[in-house]
Amino acid sequence: MGWTIFYLCLIILIPLSMILVKSASLGWLGFWRAVAAPRALAAYRISLEASFIAALINAVFGLIVAWVLVRYRFPGRRIFDGLVDLPFALPTAVAGIVLTTMYSEHGWIGSRLAAVGIKVAYTPLGIVVALTFIGLPFVVRTVQPVLQEIDVEVEEAARSLGAGLWQTFRRVLLPELLPAWLTGITMAFARALGEYGSVVFIAGNMPMRTEITPLLVMIKLDQFDYAGASAIALAFLLISFALLLAINAMQRRLGALPALR
Amino acid sequence: MAGTASIPLRNVPGASLGVRRDPRSVRWPLIVICVGFLALFLLLPLVAVFANALSSGVAAYLRALTDPEALSAIRLTLLTAGIAVPANLVFGVAAAWAIARFDFTGKRLLITLIDVPFSISPVISGMVFVLLFGAQGLFGKWLMAHNLRIVFAVPGLILATIFVTFPYIARELIPALQAVGSEEEEAALALGASGWKMLWRITLPNIKWSILYGVILCNARAMGEFGAVSVVSGHIRGLTNTMPLYIEILYNDYQLPAAFAVASLLTLLAVVTLIAKSIVEWKFEEDTASVIAVSKPDPS
Amino acid sequence: MSIEIRNVSKSFGQFQALKDISLVVPAGELVALLGPSGSGKTTLLRMIAGLDFPDTGSVIFDGQEGTRREARDRGVGFVFQHYSLFRHMTVFDNVAFGLTVKPRKSRPSKEAITKKVHELLQLIQLEGLANRYPSQLSGGQRQRVALARALAVEPNVLLLDEPFGALDAKVRQELRTWLRRLHDEIHVTSVFVTHDQEEALEVADRIVLMNEGRVVQEGPPEQVYHEPANAFVYHFLGSLNLFHARIEDGQAIIGEPATVSSAAPNGDTPMAYVRPHLMDIERFPKSRNHFPGRVVRINAAGPLVKVELVTERGQTVQVEISHERYRELQPAKNEMVFVGPREMRVF
Repeated sequence: MGWTIFYLCLIILIPLSMILVKSASLGWLGFWRAVAAPRALAAYRISLEASFIAALINAVFGLIVAWVLVRYRFPGRRIFDGLVDLPFALPTAVAGIVLTTMYSEHGWIGSRLAAVGIKVAYTPLGIVVALTFIGLPFVVRTVQPVLQEIDVEVEEAARSLGAGLWQTFRRVLLPELLPAWLTGITMAFARALGEYGSVVFIAGNMPMRTEITPLLVMIKLDQFDYAGASAIALAFLLISFALLLAINAMQRRLGALPALR
Repeated sequence: MAGTASIPLRNVPGASLGVRRDPRSVRWPLIVICVGFLALFLLLPLVAVFANALSSGVAAYLRALTDPEALSAIRLTLLTAGIAVPANLVFGVAAAWAIARFDFTGKRLLITLIDVPFSISPVISGMVFVLLFGAQGLFGKWLMAHNLRIVFAVPGLILATIFVTFPYIARELIPALQAVGSEEEEAALALGASGWKMLWRITLPNIKWSILYGVILCNARAMGEFGAVSVVSGHIRGLTNTMPLYIEILYNDYQLPAAFAVASLLTLLAVVTLIAKSIVEWKFEEDTASVIAVSKPDPS
Repeated sequence: MSIEIRNVSKSFGQFQALKDISLVVPAGELVALLGPSGSGKTTLLRMIAGLDFPDTGSVIFDGQEGTRREARDRGVGFVFQHYSLFRHMTVFDNVAFGLTVKPRKSRPSKEAITKKVHELLQLIQLEGLANRYPSQLSGGQRQRVALARALAVEPNVLLLDEPFGALDAKVRQELRTWLRRLHDEIHVTSVFVTHDQEEALEVADRIVLMNEGRVVQEGPPEQVYHEPANAFVYHFLGSLNLFHARIEDGQAIIGEPATVSSAAPNGDTPMAYVRPHLMDIERFPKSRNHFPGRVVRINAAGPLVKVELVTERGQTVQVEISHERYRELQPAKNEMVFVGPREMRVF
């Protein structure tokens, strides 16, 4: 018992407090300058925007995928179902290079899109693609079990009362799925915020344009600007933390409805 | 009083077949969207890895894999995982058991802490180690005095990997232990078993599938970890490059087929992980199939 | 609306749930589908509802073919065994649901819906609970809401699948009476499924007994109870004593008591079936069919006195006599008396 706590403290708490300590070494002014530098602000914005859009894409498609996998049968369903966990199991670096290769101008997909004037690799769009990949399992896997557990009779009740499929979905099924769906979206969002490996290859990493926050931290570290790196890391951690708390609070509000107990 | 004749309970399958008959006009477009999305985002990349790896021919592929730097990267990856996974297994079991079985002050904190490596960027995880053990770090001077290198050396890689992959086993085991319940353990203790015996012969076998799955997942992440080790390693070729780092180097050197060749090994590992997951899930279902379940309808 | 089932069969994989069923439910009647688990009664109900479709045969509503019609187009109200209320909607919203999903054209106004819902809540005596959620109601209350919800759309047919199965005995009794009274008021054609013969005998206008996918007997409760078509029906509708029998000169002579399991309905050997309350206890044998028995248990707590006796061969016989008769007779434990059937059926 005591050993577990000891191990955990060693491994987690102390390292984290280092960030605080190092950032503090800049003093308030230095901290502010590092954290609010235009390049840093651009990095936060890019990270937040891309993660948000990727989470939304996964919200919509993840729901459809979960729906189809649970309710319908088609050849290869089992294989696709197993495949959903691929982003979880595949190393991020591998994901990074393969996505970049696929979406670059000479890639399988990139070439076709270039023909219509759409560039993916080395643009913010590329970041979104990579983050969508990384977040894919989250929505699907959180919604699937809930969808599976929904009592068929409740659906039958709605149907027997005259509701069509869309009405049944919107008024009976969706409210049941909502908490899990939101959880999945939040998890995908959180994951995307911190993602590094799969993004740095496809992003192009142009400061102010396609430079995500984790990369900026990495660059500062390479320059031995440990304090600056810590400051930015801390600021980003705080922003992410605040966001997740807010989402969590909203979820709790939904869960407080007696009906969803 | 009721003279009901006893007829065996029959599980009428597909009793609700009717409901799941969403109209064709809804079903097929959705299936197409689903399959299209998954094929685009999952299947295609999988195929692309191997296509690119073999794009210069099989001979080149094998050469890339037997290159001495590649071999040392493979060795390092195996070493890292070989240490990180067992370490996390031991303490993951301990932590999960403490959380699932006991109530203590700070339990909430513990649970949140376990999730920390999961929720912060791997780059930040790696950075933290540099701050601790790097030349300018907290223990930097002490380490240099004793001629120990952690950051920019193998120990740092291993530590960073342990940190980042710690949650995978614990998070799998907590719900498993909660689901299994403590009655059997209590019975064992009442019968005179020691704490260790109980753990070894009762607790662990009960959650064996979750343990297996946690280990498989942890291993996949340990071997594939990139962000954290990228910060900690210093990219010293031949010395501190794990496979993911080596892939990055090859890629930046425009040696694409070679990069994909090494990547294909990790991809194979990922596929094996997915298959192992399916098997574990299937076994787990078999084990719990003794509970009479209402058979789920078979949608068409 | 009347319902006709014509030659309906249904299989699930290897298992044949319904074997060529034909049945008529006259308009306005309350019919019980009674039978053991696996007899096909729920499957049949779902065929009527449109929640499942037969492999062969047809379902006809008021003379009009409706076998393949979707559930939502049949105008049926379905009440499930486990209520299946919408958890995240209030009682009001649950009851109003059917009305609010009607297509724009036929949808009543908000005021009309509110009025109707309150009327129904009054009918089910849950007026004040309109804003509660299902999780805040008792089982009996939930089932009443489920019923109101089904009635809200003014169905032509009301279908209930073991509606009281999940409730306590007392609540079950209350709701049974209440359902009967409700039906007497609104006269909608109703079919309900149950495995509880007491329930069926008490509530229904007509009982349809099913076993292994076939209709075994149908008719008004009195008929089915007093004139069972075969051993299965007799057995299902109440407790009984079973005896081997032989026929002599057109008269049935009962012999050794038999146990239910040994009396597999093979039909070769005649078996005599006697209800406990149709057995007499006498001090002296009054007929050829009286046999000796030793009193082992007397239970006088109830409307009838239950006397358990053991024959010479050690088999148990159950007898129920009125309290008057008991006072007359004064049988004591371990006393030897004579038992015999007043009425019996031989199959």
